[in-house]
This record gives sequence, structure tokens and C-alpha cells, in this order.
Amino acid sequence: MKIAIPTEEKSMDSNINESFGRAPYILLYNTITKESEFLDNSAVVAQGGAGVRVAQVVADNGIKALITLRCGENAEKALSSAEVLIYKGINGTVKQNIEKFIGEELYLLDKFHEGFHGHE
Amino acid sequence: MKIAVLSGKGGTGKTLVSVNLAAASKESVYIDCDVEEPNGHLFFKPHNVSKKNISVKIPIADENLCNGCRKCVEFCKFNALAYINKKIIIFDEVCHSCGGCSLLCPEKAISEREKIIGEVQTGVSDNVTVITGILNTGEASGVPIIKSLLDNEEADKREYVFIDCPPGSACVVMESIKDADYCILVAEPTLFGVHNLNIVYELVKLFNKPFGAVLNKCLDGENPSEKFCMENNIKILGKIPFDNELGKINSNALILTRENEKYREMFSSLLKIVAKEVEYETAINS
Repeated sequence: MKIAIPTEEKSMDSNINESFGRAPYILLYNTITKESEFLDNSAVVAQGGAGVRVAQVVADNGIKALITLRCGENAEKALSSAEVLIYKGINGTVKQNIEKFIGEELYLLDKFHEGFHGHE
Repeated sequence: MKIAVLSGKGGTGKTLVSVNLAAASKESVYIDCDVEEPNGHLFFKPHNVSKKNISVKIPIADENLCNGCRKCVEFCKFNALAYINKKIIIFDEVCHSCGGCSLLCPEKAISEREKIIGEVQTGVSDNVTVITGILNTGEASGVPIIKSLLDNEEADKREYVFIDCPPGSACVVMESIKDADYCILVAEPTLFGVHNLNIVYELVKLFNKPFGAVLNKCLDGENPSEKFCMENNIKILGKIPFDNELGKINSNALILTRENEKYREMFSSLLKIVAKEVEYETAINS
């Protein structure tokens, strides 16, 4: 199963990033083959809709589950259209989050914040 | 002449100054560009109010025509569109209504629909034509409403137009002062007031607008905003005292100029000073 995690650095020991849309990197991880790939997040400097952009990337990469601390309403709409499950991550490293996910200790995220939309 | 009244934060006295200057003029137009919370109309209580809806264009996609090329998704720098599960998803509130996606679509799969975001109300209060912009709750940007407010034939005919700006220095303020002949910066006599004054001072300099300051809520003793004006050679147009009587009249939503001779004189003389400044600036810039 392919999962995605927003990260602060390009390392499995990096902390999970507190934002989804504005995270510097997005880790794509295959839980079966253990392959990992860190993508640079171009939406980090987007004028708006960063969450939508990253959701598009996640969808295009055939990701089935996202682990994140926060997620906006628009990204949620895009992710749910792509049938991506959104799990609430824990404050900690990417590795710890993957372990929790594999151990089925993570719950689905149930709160989605409103966007700022780059206006003003 | 178009005179914009602005300040770095809310509650400094933009509405107090613009409402009273408009009321002190023989014939004027008052335009409330603070579309998120317009309050000038509470003072003017205009009658014969006519209303006009303001809408923006939002894209709408036809799934049957879309070939999934994603040109629209890639073009939109606000990321208002996504292409997921072979469908275009549009995020209305992220869209800035530039129209680019519908222009670019090679399959003509994207058309536009009108979305009402607020209204403009025009009414009369004695010598003042009162034009108020109202942005519907939840809408992201008041810019389209401000554009419509300022594109007004009535305003072009009158000697004085007072533009009551939103607070701060964001897009909505830039849009409000864009065509102004002169800017009045309203400032409070505190260090925080200086910080806020500096925000709008930077903005009007950037826009190359002639400007001056009105010091509001003045008390005896040191006034940091006055000091800031002196240090930066900002013309002080007038001072409004921190005054119990003034506060009472104003908080009852009454117009000082219309209630009390003393204040009428205060704002009439401020108006004369402003008019002189505008004429002087227009003369040296033409």
C-alpha cells in the first residue's frame, strides 16, 4: 500500500510537518516494498490552494492513505474524491508514524480546518 | 477631488473623519469601502436606497467535453482547480475570477457562471450621497465590490468624494486608494498607533500619493504619532481631541458636524486645509 506523509526534511528520521499543504517535502512510501521517495513540495510558496495542489500530487501518485497532523477542507474534498484515506499522525518522526500506521494504531482525521485561500 | 481616509488598524477614526468631512462639505459623496464591516451608513442613515448585486465569474466544467489535459489545473496559480478521478474539481472560494482556465481550455469544457458576493447600496443623506459596499459573510475578497464602488458616475460629478478605506494595507486598501487624489492617514497617540501609522505611510509612499495625517484621540502630553510625523516630515492636517462629548455623540451614531457647532467648525476647517493641500499637490504634479 502506498502512503504519503508531509515531512520537514528528506529523511525517515525527520519530523512529520505540522502542515500538509505547506510542508517542504512529501514522502511517498510503499508499505510492502519499503520503497520511499521524497518529493519537493512546490506548493510551499503557492499564493493559495497549497492543500489542493498537494492533494493533486498525492492523487496522481496512486496514494491510498495520507498521514498528517492537519488538513484543510479543500484538500480533504480533493483527497476524498481520489479515495485517499486521511489518518491523524502523531507528533514525532516519519518512521514512528509509519510504525504506528502499520500497527493500525492511527485513527482517521476527523477535523478539517478552513482555508486562508491566499486572498488579501 | 477624491480623498481616501486610511489607517493601519480598525478603530482609529477613519469613519469619524470621512463621515464628518463629507457632512461638512457643501455637496459630497461618501463611499464606504470597508466592505467587510461598513458602518458609515449607521451615521448617515441614508434614504431612497437603491441596491445592486455584485457578482464574480466562477468556472464551471463540463465533464463530457473535458479530455483531461489539465491545462487549466496547471495554469491556475491559486490552485482553484484539481483533476482527480477523471473529473475537474473547482474550489470556488480559492478562485480569483481571472478567467484564465476558460480561455485556455482547448476543448471549451470550462464556461463561467455568475456568483453573487455582495451588494452596493446607494442612498442620500442631506448633502451627502452615501454609497456602501457590502461583502457577503464568508466571501474571501472584497476587491470586486470596491472596484464597482469606485467606478461610479455620481462620484465623478461631485466636488468632494470621501473614500472610507478598510483598515490595514492589504489588496482591498490598495484598490480603495488607487484612484485617490489625496490620502488622509488617521493615527492614534500611542506607540502601537505609530506602528499602524507606519503601515499606511509605507503604502501611500509606494503608491506615490500625496498625503497628510490627522491625529485622533489627542491628549495632553507626548504624542508618539505626532513625533513620528515630525521626524518623517508628514504634514499634520489636524488634531481631534480625546473628548467625552465627542465620544458620546459619535457612539450614538450621530454626525458631529450636524449636531454641534463646535465640531462643525473643527471639521470645516479640516476640510479647508485638506482642500488646499489637494489643490497644491495637484498644481505641483500637473
